[in-house]
Amino acid sequence: MQGYAPILLLLMIAVSLPVLVWTLSRLLRPDFYSKAKYSTYECGITPVTEAREKFNVRYYLIAVMFLVFDVESVFLFPWALQMKELALFGLVEMGIFLFLLLFGYGYIWSKGALTWE
Amino acid sequence: MDTLAHLTGLSVATLWMLAKVLIVITVLMGLASPLTWVERRGSAMLQDRIGPNRAALFGKWRILGLAHVVADGIKFFFKEDLVPPHATKRLFWLAPMLAFVPAMMGFAVIPIGRSFVAGGHTYHLSLLEPGNGMGMLYPMAIGGIAVYGILVAAWSSNNKWSILGGMRASAQMVSYEIGLSLAILAVFMVVGGYDPHQIIADQGAKGWLIWRQPIGFLVFFTCMFAETNRLPFDFAEGESEIVAGFHTEYGSMKFAIMALAEYFHIITASALITTMYLGGWQIPFLPNASALATVVAFATKVVFLCWVFIWIRWTLPRFRYDQLMFMGWKVMLPLSMANLLLNAYWMRSH
Repeated sequence: MQGYAPILLLLMIAVSLPVLVWTLSRLLRPDFYSKAKYSTYECGITPVTEAREKFNVRYYLIAVMFLVFDVESVFLFPWALQMKELALFGLVEMGIFLFLLLFGYGYIWSKGALTWE
Repeated sequence: MDTLAHLTGLSVATLWMLAKVLIVITVLMGLASPLTWVERRGSAMLQDRIGPNRAALFGKWRILGLAHVVADGIKFFFKEDLVPPHATKRLFWLAPMLAFVPAMMGFAVIPIGRSFVAGGHTYHLSLLEPGNGMGMLYPMAIGGIAVYGILVAAWSSNNKWSILGGMRASAQMVSYEIGLSLAILAVFMVVGGYDPHQIIADQGAKGWLIWRQPIGFLVFFTCMFAETNRLPFDFAEGESEIVAGFHTEYGSMKFAIMALAEYFHIITASALITTMYLGGWQIPFLPNASALATVVAFATKVVFLCWVFIWIRWTLPRFRYDQLMFMGWKVMLPLSMANLLLNAYWMRSH
């Protein structure tokens, strides 16, 4: 635990720095309210609809695919580090795992999930 | 160090830790502000312009536009702070913090020079001691958090440009993270460990990884540009399309904190590339260089890579979004996977 103390210290400094700077700038800056100035920026026109609307389903697809491949790389880490010790057994096992994964990858590619228009 | 420890009543280890925290903060701050100047002045140089040169210290010394760095800082402090009425106020304030904190913490694990012995104590020039159990997994984990700053800023602004920019940026960052982690995986495999000290020692003994893993380097280098949202991948704030992207509504000191975070990311990315592929603090043909010389070597490499980031920004035009996705999923992913398998095969046969 002793080893992680500098991280904690750095975290505290990183959090306190913006707070310090914001407090200082609050003391220095002017504060004149006007309705137009404080409105949401939309190229000068009054915003008509809420910005939080539906967006393209592809973003969800990307998120799901990212999850799959990120978990995959997590599984690959121990194997990569212990490659010599696991020897042929590990190689065959990883081969099967990667084959299944690449099969899925080929499938989503052929289905067009990776194509962005 | 011993006398100082005696004077303050703290142990040498604690004092050295405090000194290192100070070093990390000084390095980041000390590099980030000149980087803003290099970016503007360097872009002027590359585009055959003069660049910023009007601001002058006390109305007299223009010093090549360096006074602009100071002027910008002062101006940020005096700018009125706007929070749009439709924004989610708490999240709006939290977002710059979420961008800034990981940007500042990512640097912690990187060794900036050779460990040295003085007065019976061994001093390691990285914030985390070697063999801390986190190694290079730590900057990756911290880098993964960085996407939240952008996403929260975009969502809380409740502005159409912001949300467009935030969605684009987050999809881009997660897409390139896969290629990035697979490229790092190949490095871990060849080295047989994930501690940065071990990676650097291995490069010193067997040659830099840029020569041993050129494909991995190419993938890592490209993905780092996407991760830091730099051109040619700056879809988070494509100014010709979506105004300023995720920080359209941000101004004054809140914007300054976000901009600072972006430059911190560039510095950390440069330091990571240096550690993973360019031999860290190693000096070619000088295996027994002194600790000070290695620090200088490390700084030189990092500063050069920072310049490369700016250089590429003003050399390459922005991609189209479908091209970005094509690159991420159909080029970087297969390439990094092939790199991994090739290295595994090579490891087995040797």
